Amino acid sequence: MSKLLTWIDDRFPLSTLWKEHASEYYAPKNFNFWYYFGSLAALVLVLQIVTGIFLTMNYKPDATKAFESVEYIMRDVDWGWLIRYMHSTGASMFFVVVYLHMFRGLLYGSFRKPRELLWIFGCLIYLCLMAEAFFGYLLPWGQMSYWGAQVIVNLFSSIPVIGDGLAVWIRGDYTISDVTLNRFFAFHVIALPLVLLGLVVAHIMALHEVGSNNPDGIEIKKFKDPATGHPLDGIPFHPYYTVKDLVGVVVFLAVFSIIVFFLPEMGGYFLEANNFIPANPLQTPEHIAPVWYFTPYYAMLRAVPSAMGTQVWGVIVMGISVLIFFALPWLDRGKVKSIRYRGRTYKIWLAVFVVCFLVLGYLGVVPITVWGQFPESWPILGGADKATVIARFLTIGYFLFFLLMPWYTARDKTLPEPQRVTWK
Amino acid sequence: MKTIACIAALALGALAAVPAFAEGPHLLMAPAPGHRLDDESLQRGARDFANYCQGCHSAKYMRYNRLTDIGLTEDDIKGNLIFGDAKIGDTMEVAMPAADAKAWFGNPPPDLSVEARVRGTAWLYNYLIGFYRDPKSATGWNNLVFPNVGMPHVLAELQGQRKLVETEYEDQQQAMGAAIAAKTLVGVEPAAGGKWKVLSLSNESPGSMSQVAFESTAADIVNYLDYIAEPSKNHRIRIGIIVLLFLGVLFVVAYALKHEYWRDVH
Repeated sequence: MSKLLTWIDDRFPLSTLWKEHASEYYAPKNFNFWYYFGSLAALVLVLQIVTGIFLTMNYKPDATKAFESVEYIMRDVDWGWLIRYMHSTGASMFFVVVYLHMFRGLLYGSFRKPRELLWIFGCLIYLCLMAEAFFGYLLPWGQMSYWGAQVIVNLFSSIPVIGDGLAVWIRGDYTISDVTLNRFFAFHVIALPLVLLGLVVAHIMALHEVGSNNPDGIEIKKFKDPATGHPLDGIPFHPYYTVKDLVGVVVFLAVFSIIVFFLPEMGGYFLEANNFIPANPLQTPEHIAPVWYFTPYYAMLRAVPSAMGTQVWGVIVMGISVLIFFALPWLDRGKVKSIRYRGRTYKIWLAVFVVCFLVLGYLGVVPITVWGQFPESWPILGGADKATVIARFLTIGYFLFFLLMPWYTARDKTLPEPQRVTWK
Repeated sequence: MKTIACIAALALGALAAVPAFAEGPHLLMAPAPGHRLDDESLQRGARDFANYCQGCHSAKYMRYNRLTDIGLTEDDIKGNLIFGDAKIGDTMEVAMPAADAKAWFGNPPPDLSVEARVRGTAWLYNYLIGFYRDPKSATGWNNLVFPNVGMPHVLAELQGQRKLVETEYEDQQQAMGAAIAAKTLVGVEPAAGGKWKVLSLSNESPGSMSQVAFESTAADIVNYLDYIAEPSKNHRIRIGIIVLLFLGVLFVVAYALKHEYWRDVH
């Protein structure tokens, strides 16, 4: 065995890689609940790729056969229902895990120097994931697939001058059609997974270069054992975090299995009822809503009024609301990284951000009439949909979290950081 | 930290409570009484579906031989459920040509393979018991759940004829109270002069079945529709229980392993 290993090591850095990324990668020993979601995101990525491969074996990217082939998978392919539900649940759970993973970054300042590139790779993964989900959602070719894609692609046609041409170029047709389905299939199963995998490798390489942050937001590399050179507050990723993450994986799989086996539609949020109606280009559904993970942005899009004869402003706001995450490392001027030692101001703004994001997410699922209208007699607001007005305030709140950050983080009354990591 | 978790939990709770949106009167529907494990109900549903529904509606993703799931033999299926020249391994197509269907009903009757996943069983059940006589409509029938539907009451010979009864109440509260007390399918909508009315159905002439027996027939059909919408549902739930038990054991092992390794860290 060891002879074989030597033979390989002479030709390929197997032992070195293993040491660098597992057995001698020193991670802070005080990781808490929020630190499970990185490895879980990797797990879901693998699940999506594996189930995706098996779905591709029976799925037909053809407008006349796509819907039927999904039902064929659900009924006639051995264990097809399981593979399909794992994939549909995995799509939503990917976003659950990634949102929690990103929120962890906001809690403990994981995007701060020296982890700016690590954060940027993460943001690119998030963008890529959104594109992957969007392309994949067209494939079942149900009403929501079709009209959801129609709405999103039409966003591009609101861009002045080049908009219409651009939308046609994306669709390859004047409406969403068989041509669009074929190219979306290509993007979903080849192009984006390749980019995603590359970005994930870059994300992990950047992480292992700078080392993991931790709930105290302090650098463990400051205090090293003079004899070994290892951080005093660090423990080897393997076996400590492999066995710890294994517990997280089992708990995650339990939640995942409850959804897959008992609630695969998740009350219409993971699989929408209208998507069991085959796509019909001649019949627009009464209420088009994207899947839950896009709804905060969709709510912003709807909330922004059109001005100067164009609706492009909503599209711009939506675009910036996602891209603004990239700027975080340079917006935050706090003296400390972790929320444990931040002052009250940052905590309040983070809470505002979370409330805005979640309530916008809710408003993106429901029609704008959900909360009724303001009384006609009111000045300015009279007759306006309450939900639209509130969504506007929430959109402003969402942006203020970022735009005011340089100011409020610099003024925040922070607590002194500890020298060494703490257990809490 | 804890505050943020609380806010997140509250906001997620708000997410879960999405109201339903409906056109026309506000409907109070009776729950669908079907049960996914009741093979006899499913078999009766299969028989009634073949006799009353399949003349116009296909279930083109569902194969006949899959019905062995619900305790039927292939001979049962061939003898009782396949009327045309379909083979046992074929899917449930409809005999009526699509062009005729469009000419007769305006819209071709939809395929019912996954209808239960689109509408939900409660909707389907109330739809089946919600037909009433309406001389103004083209078919002579209308439906409380699906106003102005193109489909006639194909189960009329069983249920008999019903008519729409409108009862006026002074305000919305009284109307809702009466609607809830009715404990069956009713609709509530505003009436002229700020009053509210309850729309209910009453028997005009009897059919071959009692109302109770008819409702149970409708429940069987809906139960069957729910089954054909996802034939692997029972299997899925059974496997799910085994998977969760396995994960429970795995959790104990994984936790013990973690505990053992982490002893020297703490």
